[in-house]
Parts: sequence; C-alpha cells; structure tokens
Amino acid sequence: MPTNFEVNGKPVSVTVEARTTLADCLRHHLRLTGTHVGCEHGVCGACTVIVDGYAVRSCLMLTAQAEGTKVTTVEGLSNDEALTPLQASFRKHHALQCGFCTPGMITTAHALLSEEPDCDADRVRDVLSGNLCRCTGYISIVEAVLDARSAYKKPA
Amino acid sequence: MKNAFIGSAIERREDLRFLRGRGEYVDDLKPDGLLYAVILRSSVAHGRIVSIDVSAALKIPGVHAVITAKDMPGGAPIVPMRLQPLPEFKPFEQPVIAHDKVRYVGEPLAVVIADSVAIGEDALEAIEIQIESLPAVADWHVAKRDQNLLFEGPGTNRSLTFNAVRGDADAAFVNAPYVRRETFRTGRHYGLTMEPRGVMAQWDAAKGLLTVSGAAKVPFFNRRILAKQIGLPEDSIEMIENDVGGGFGARGEFYPEDFLIPFAARQLNRPVKWIEDRRENLMAMNHAREAEVDVELACERDGTILALRGHAHVDMGAYMRTNGAVGARNIAQFMAGPYRIPNVKLDVSLWMTNKTPVGTYRGPGRFETDFFRERLLDLVAQDLGIDRVEFRRKNLVARSEMPYQIATISPYLHEDEYDSGDYQATLDRCLKEIGWSEKAKLAGRLIDGHYHGIAVGCFIEGGGAGPKETARLEINDDGSISVYIGSSAVGQGVETVFAQIAADALEIPLDRIRWVHHGSTTYVSDGYGAYHSRSVVMGGSALLDAANNFKAALSEEAAKRLGCDASEITIDEDKVSGAGKSLPLAAFAGLTREGAFLNKKHTYSYGAQAAHVAVDAKIGKVDILDYVVVQDAGRIINPLTLRGQVIGSLVQGLGGAFLENLVYDEQGQLLTGSLADYLLPTASDFPRLRAIVMDEHPSPINPLGAKGAGEGGMVGAGGVIANAVANALQSFNPDLRELPLTPTRVWEMTQKKA
Amino acid sequence: MKLPPLEYACPASLSEAVALLAAGGGDARAIAGGQSLMPMLAFRVVAPTLLVDLRKPPELKEIRISADGVRLGAMVRWRDIEDDARLAAAHPLLKAAVEHVAHYQIRNRGTVGGSIAHADPAAEMPGICVTCDAEIAVIGSAGSRVIRADDFFVGALTTALEHDEIITEIRLPAWPANRRWGFREFSRRRGDFAMAAAALFYDQDAGGSAVNAHVGVIGLGDRSRRLPEVEAALNSQVIDEALIERAAEITSATVDAQEDIHASAAYRRSLAGTMVERALRSAAA
Repeated sequence: MPTNFEVNGKPVSVTVEARTTLADCLRHHLRLTGTHVGCEHGVCGACTVIVDGYAVRSCLMLTAQAEGTKVTTVEGLSNDEALTPLQASFRKHHALQCGFCTPGMITTAHALLSEEPDCDADRVRDVLSGNLCRCTGYISIVEAVLDARSAYKKPA
Repeated sequence: MKNAFIGSAIERREDLRFLRGRGEYVDDLKPDGLLYAVILRSSVAHGRIVSIDVSAALKIPGVHAVITAKDMPGGAPIVPMRLQPLPEFKPFEQPVIAHDKVRYVGEPLAVVIADSVAIGEDALEAIEIQIESLPAVADWHVAKRDQNLLFEGPGTNRSLTFNAVRGDADAAFVNAPYVRRETFRTGRHYGLTMEPRGVMAQWDAAKGLLTVSGAAKVPFFNRRILAKQIGLPEDSIEMIENDVGGGFGARGEFYPEDFLIPFAARQLNRPVKWIEDRRENLMAMNHAREAEVDVELACERDGTILALRGHAHVDMGAYMRTNGAVGARNIAQFMAGPYRIPNVKLDVSLWMTNKTPVGTYRGPGRFETDFFRERLLDLVAQDLGIDRVEFRRKNLVARSEMPYQIATISPYLHEDEYDSGDYQATLDRCLKEIGWSEKAKLAGRLIDGHYHGIAVGCFIEGGGAGPKETARLEINDDGSISVYIGSSAVGQGVETVFAQIAADALEIPLDRIRWVHHGSTTYVSDGYGAYHSRSVVMGGSALLDAANNFKAALSEEAAKRLGCDASEITIDEDKVSGAGKSLPLAAFAGLTREGAFLNKKHTYSYGAQAAHVAVDAKIGKVDILDYVVVQDAGRIINPLTLRGQVIGSLVQGLGGAFLENLVYDEQGQLLTGSLADYLLPTASDFPRLRAIVMDEHPSPINPLGAKGAGEGGMVGAGGVIANAVANALQSFNPDLRELPLTPTRVWEMTQKKA
Repeated sequence: MKLPPLEYACPASLSEAVALLAAGGGDARAIAGGQSLMPMLAFRVVAPTLLVDLRKPPELKEIRISADGVRLGAMVRWRDIEDDARLAAAHPLLKAAVEHVAHYQIRNRGTVGGSIAHADPAAEMPGICVTCDAEIAVIGSAGSRVIRADDFFVGALTTALEHDEIITEIRLPAWPANRRWGFREFSRRRGDFAMAAAALFYDQDAGGSAVNAHVGVIGLGDRSRRLPEVEAALNSQVIDEALIERAAEITSATVDAQEDIHASAAYRRSLAGTMVERALRSAAA
C-alpha cells in the first residue's frame, strides 16, 4: 500500500517495505540525498527533517508514519539563486567543514528560529546538542545561528 | 593585478553545495543494477574458525552471493603497511577476511551481496558460524605475559619496540640532583567521522576498468595496494574521491573492505556498494590512543631539565594496520615536545591485543605524549617549588636554537629537527589572552561550590610529510582555469584554499579559478593525499610549482601567437597581452602544466594553550570557563578555515580529555557499541573556547612558508585540562594520572584525602 | 542497522489496536513516538513481526487538568508538556523533570506512554510516576485496569503490561498549593540519561514542618524507587541545612547502585545523595 505525504511542497506517493525508515525513503527512494544518515539510532541528528513544523529524526520514523504529513528537507530550505540568510550565515561564520552534519544543522536551526527568533545562545546550544558535528567544535555553528535570527523576526 | 587572496578570510566555495544538500557523498551514488554488501563480523574476540555455513543465507530471496575467504583464489590477501613498513611487522598484518582465526570483535568473516542492505542483514542472521573460543588478550598487561598468543609464528604479542635517543640519558640520571618518576595512562579513542566509511566498486569487463568510489586521504597509495591484491595493472583502476564526511586520520587508509567490495563487484560483474553503519564503524574503523607510560624526568634544582627517560606501552589491537605504528613512534619521538631536553631515552613497545586494530587519529601519539609530559612538568614544578610558567619558559627551545635537532627514532631510522619559531612568543601571548596573572589568584579556591583551577601548556605540531605532491593547472574552454591536485579533501576546505593559492600565483581574480579537482587518481600523474597536516604545505607548494610552469608555457605560446618576447607577456583577468595586442585565455584552452613539490623535512607549527576550569567536586563535574589556544602555523592561507581547524581539533581533544573512551571487557567485548555509550562532545559541552592564530614565523622549508595546522588544538588539550583540574583540586592532593577525566575519576580524586 | 522484517498497522481506534496486539500474540508490538523502540529495532535487539501505531486514537493525545490532578494521554509528547503553560502550576515537578528528557528532535516525537512502556531505569518519566504515586491506566483484551506506578515498573525495561495491553493514560494526583518540590539530575552530557537524579516533594503544615514527603531517585538500580528511610527522616521535621545533609547521607547509604561503563557504584551512591541534597535545598529555598 503506498504512503502518501508531501515533501518540500510536492505530493509524493511511495511504496516501500514497512520497515523502511523515513530517512532511507527520502534518500534512496525519493533520491533526496541532502538528508544524511550518520548513526541510524537517533543520536547524531544528521537525518533531521521537519515534519508538520517539528524538527524530527527521520531515522526514528517509519515511512508509513509520514502518511498525510508535510515533510521539509534541506533541499526544501534551499533555492538556486542564492543562499538563504541562514545558509549565508553558516558560510560567513565557517560553521561547516566536511558538510555531513550540515543538512541536519540547517533543518534544526530553521525549525528553532521559525518558532523562537529571539532565542539566546543557551537555547541554541541546548537545541543543537542533539546534532553531532565532529569538525567545527560548534562555536561557529552557534554564532551562525544567532547571527541568522534577524532574518526570522517578523517585521514590527 | 596584485592579489592578496592568501591571508584573507575567503568564504568557502564548497559551502555552496553542502549548505543546500547538494554534496555528493559515496552513499548518494546509485548506478543502475546496484547491489549492496553487508559484512558478517566476528562476535568473538579470539578464536579458531571451525566452520562457516552460508547455505541458508543463500536461499533468502534477494541474496546474490555470500563471499568468504574460501572464495579467494590464493587465499585472503594481506593489507600491507603504508608507513614504517618494517619486516618485524609483517607477521602481524591483517588479512582482508578472517580464514583461520578471528582476533577481534568486528573482524570480517563473510560478505553478503544482496538487493538491499536490509535483506543483507536478514541474511547475516542465517549464516551458521562455529568458532572455538580462545582466551582473550584484553590489554597490554595480559599481552606481555605472552601466555596467549594472537599470532603463533612470532612467538610473542609484542610486534616491536621503538627507541628514541638524544644524548646520554642514563648518564644524566646518575648524577641528577632531582628525579621524578610517574605512570600515566590515556583512554582508547577513535577518529569517528560523521559520515561512516563507504566503498562502491564498478567493474567494466569490456574495458577492463575497475572504478572505486569513496576513496579518501591516500587514493594513489591505496590503488597500488588494490592493484596488487586483485591482480590488475594500476591504470586499470580509478579511485574516485567523492565528498568526504570527515577524515581525522582514520578514514581513507586501506581497510579490508577496500579489497572486499571491489572483489565482489568483479566476481558478480555488478556495481556493489558497502556503507559502514555506525555499529560497524565503532568496531571496524581504526582505534587509537590507548597507552601507558612509566616516565621519569631529571632536573637541576633550579628547574633546568637534564634528561627524560622511560618506557611506554601501546595497545595496538589485533593487527598492524597501514599506519598503525605512527602513534607509538610519535610518543617516543615527541615526548620532549617544544622543550630543550638534551638527553632523551624512550622506548615504546607495541602490544597486540584482541581489540580493533589501531591507526592514526588526529595528532597521533602527540595527544598522549603531551598529556604525559605536561602533567609531569606540573608535578615537577610543584616539587621543586618553581612557578610552572617559569619552569616552562626556562626550558622552551629558544628561537636562536632553530633548527633544533630532536631525538632520533629507530628502527626505521629517522632524524628530525624543528624548523622555525619563537615558542616563548606564543606562550607569552597565551598567558596574556587568558589573563594569567589575575586568574592565577583563583587557583584552588572554592567559590560558590566550585574549585577554580588554571593551567598552561606548550605544544608542537608536525606537518607536511613528504615525499612529494603533484598539481596541475589547465585552461578550460571558457578561458577559466582548473586546478588538479593530488591532495585529498576531507572537509578541510581545500577547494577554497587551493583556489586562493592559484589565483595569487597566476595574478588573476579568484572566480577565474573555476574548479579545483582533488584526490581522485584520474587528475594528476601521482598524488599523495591528506595526512600529517600536509595538504596545504605539500599540495600548495606543488601548486606554486605548477603555476610557474604554467605561466612559462602560456607566455611562450602567447609570445609566439602575439609575435613578441615571452618576457613581455602579461596575464590579466581573462586575457593574455603582449606587444599591444591581446588574446582571450579561451584561445589557449587545453593548455596544461604539472608541477610538484618534494620535501624530506617536516614543518613544525607550535603554540600554547591555557584553561580556566571550575570543578563541582561533589559530582565530579568540570566546567571550562575559558580556554585559549595560540598557534603559530607559519604563513596563513585562510584565517577563517585555520581558526576552524584549531577550534575543531581542540574540541576533539576535549572529547578525549573528558568523554571519549572505547571500553572493552576481559573477554574482548566492546562495551561502547553505540553513540549513546561512546560520547562525543556536543554543542552544550564546551561553549567558551578561543583560538588565536599567528604567522610570525613562516616555515623556511617550503615556498609558501606554510605549516600544518590541523592537529595543534587537539595535541595540547589533554595535558592542559588535566593540569587545570589538578590545580583546582590541589587541596585534595589529587592523584591525576589517567584520562579521560570522567565524573567518577574527578570525584574519586576528592575522596581519598577529604 | 536496518529494521528486521515487519508489518505495520495504524488502527483508527483503541479497540482495533488491542485486537491487533492480541492477534499478534507476543510478536506484535505497539509503537508510540518510536524514539526508544526504533533504535532497538535498528540494533535488532527486538524483532516484532507487527508494529501497531497508536497515533490515530484521539483520546490518547490530551492533557487534562482538574481538581483530581493531571491526566496525560499516553501519546502526549514531551513537547506538548513543554508548551502547556498550565502545567507550571498544575505539576511543576513534572515540568521540571521533562526539561531533562533527551534532545529537541526526540522531544518533538517522544511520548510519555512510550517512555514508561520502555521503562529505562535512568529515564525521568518513570521516576516521576513512581515518586508521585501515579496511576497507569491501560486497556487490553481483558478490559481496562489501573496499575499503581510502583507495581507497573517491574525492573529494567520490564513492566506489568500484558502483550495485548496499551497504556492509555498516566494519572498524576493533584498538586496542592503548599507543596514544595525539587528536581536535580546529572548526566554526562545535556540530554543523556541520568547518572542519577532526584525527584522529591513534601507538603508544609501550619507549623512549617514537612509532611507527606516523597523522595524518588532515578538512574540507580533496575528502576526508579522512592526512599522510605529518607522520607521518614523528613516527615514532621522543619527542613533545615542539617536535615538536608542528613537526607543526603541516608540516601547514599540506602540506594542500590550499580557500576557500569559510565560510573562506579560508589560514585553513583554519592551522586544520588548530592542530587537529593540539592533538590531538597531548592525545595526548601
């Protein structure tokens, strides 16, 4: 039985084995390879996607559990013309090196800033503590997220 | 035009794809007809293989093959050592798949090829395997008894002892007025990369071409190994470097899977991909760091160091892997660090145990040996009643002593010298940045339930290993320039850095350097890759040579066409001019020149680190209130990426100081088999870290003046943290001789004399 | 680390879900948020043949607050507790404990029912249930029943649930206005399971003495437990610094601690005492 949901604004219908995680479905069936898989047991955060507005680990979700939801991946938070303000801030602060954890950082930070554009450094660190990065040491990532807050604030 | 891209904080070009989810890592590849490999690994640490029955697994729909050692004509090939390939190590090298014995939990026993990874894993459960267990050699203390041998042939579990010698240490100890002897230990870590390893192989029978994707670090060397093992000429194999999710010394060495997957692809004549999962990664990727040392220091009463002597023991795991000896060797050669120690005698023994084999991990041997040394220095300074800063200052190698000869290591005789620098200057800068004189007043004080402590340490970082690197420049059809280079990218930003170097060398705008192609064996005639903080030093210098050759060839060709002398030719943006005329660069499309850099010496960047910690003694929790790394890495190409290297490696070092440890039980079972147990630093652990990079002393041994900079942050972290915690807990007279500083260990230090 | 072969069902009602679990015998398993179950499936330490997703029955998602106390539907997520401003007054201890649960992404899917069904000895929610005398409402083929938290948690990863039973609700007794409480936890890193945590409360009588003291510890032994010796020492006493230190000593002396790769047993006993001490101090402040 196919599972129907929306990915990055477009409806999809996929037929996969029941045991297929949402992460594997996105990567290997829908070929959205921006979502990365780093541990498959819910620790590293590289596979973070946004489901109905909430950042979640797509390795801890069955594809079937996405039925009827709206899923956003890093590809859905990107465009061809230019980097988004969040992405540009990551670049400016050198908040990525090998790039493997980066999609999960972007999706997580986007979900956070969309809800809490006024969050402070402690909150950013608290939220990002669920995303492992082995290259940067995190200092630059936290700076990048804080610097991107202004882009998420609603005009007064 | 005069450029100054070198030295500028240029934003990285590779970020544009990584930030949009458009990187292409090996698991992102999916050619038609792809099959998936899954590896059956030993669950027994030490045993004799009685039988492997794959018949039930082969009956599972979707399973194409199950490969064991029996399927390999001539037996399972052995993975040779890449660095220090001494004859003594030969008996301890690893077969690509176990055939008679298993020697660690995680050793490959069989490879399942299936339509999906999930089906492959189903098949693993159907393979019947009988192993007759042997007593496990769980650590070096057990290994040295030589009662249970991993390898019968050599008759011992000790594969080698390195010796580092300078002067006459024994003589110096005889008359020394002061001697202190201590034992220290470090935990077992590994260069965990966020992207686990992966190999994809495609065999084109018609062309006789084997294409291997997922290559990293040293693709040219690995091609040589694979060609020999699989019986193909080197030029019938292409190693393709995709985007690589972290290296840290561990990824890209030749591992068993680097043979098994190409072998399977050729057997089945189908593309085969293997992606390591995290559970495998913890037991299959090279381990590192676990060492113990019995070391003594001899001094004058005024604190002048006379001699260093001792014996270290390294837990090598089950096999000597490609670069497995490097860490042990470095413990011997670099224990003196940046200090003037006229007499050194250090032995380092390498013990085989029933654990995952060891390889390099960022700052191999240096993290360990810097902890041993810096901790010992603080203990000695305390004994002698000398200020620990003055003690270090007194003994640092002076600028006037450069180049400075260090201990000679044997076997695999190697002499080395520090190239340049002012070690005092980085120490002074570090003390100033941390506010040492003010903070020193807090030492040992209890404020709001926290004991405060500070510490400072000095380090050196070797880089720029030779022998050679190769680069090539080529004009594209649109007149832009491409760089082709043997250096590999493992996340350190080589595309940006090499574009900066090339643009400056050619005196053209940065965006005229269209592509930087790196790593893969298809780009240059020979390449050596990314290890030992060498990419910028070696690759960058090769690129300068290529740029000179390229400019000469372009000038000569342009002079012919423009009818002038080559010396009159100028390159300007997208055109070449001379004699009042010009031609677009596109008119020279295809023009290409290679260059190389050869070097037998090493660069030594250096610096100092200082920490201010607060310890909640009742629960054993340590907060870092401030941490400063000052590093002079010679000529800085890109301060943005350099600072990234320093902070990134520092946090890995802090992981080793506090969190990371691969724990085994007495049966050789790995107890830290998930990321819930092998603890990496997270965003909330170390929020207050600072990196200051200096470029006062360029390296004299390469045309760029650059030095390696990927390891310094990490190298000093263990020693500085240990001393800061000991300083905080001084009222307890803490017994601090072992890392990591888990809450239990910190708490125990406060109990004995409380 | 792919999941074992399995089927998936997503029934619209609780009765259908119970029927599916019953028909599956021991081989069917309920999945709530999946934040504990999915990793176990990935490591293949469990291999059910059918997963019964509980996300559809609407009655499992509510947080109900009344004079009787707080009722958490089994599918209430950590995130829902964070977002519910009423709980700051209705059950501040719950709110404080839940702040320590896992990470942002996990909190967006993990559920209270899933957590207590998993019964990790170092998890916060079972500790809150035990400390607060919660009742666990379940439904199964044999009908509905209510299990006292102390009876519900049998041991590490083991509960009193039958294979065809589903947790429907966690009932936390009402929180009186004069109640004082504290929660302290220490873990290796932010979001990790507790090496030790203390959850406690007591009510203050007119004379300022503690009554009805409840002191629970998390992360020690095979399940969270209350410490009757500590509670006895606190009841009818004015909580002062000397008593707080005494409570810590009794805790360290009486808790059942085990050694593992993260901590020694002696350290854990001491840590439990310190957590009780600090939680009590914040309660009394």
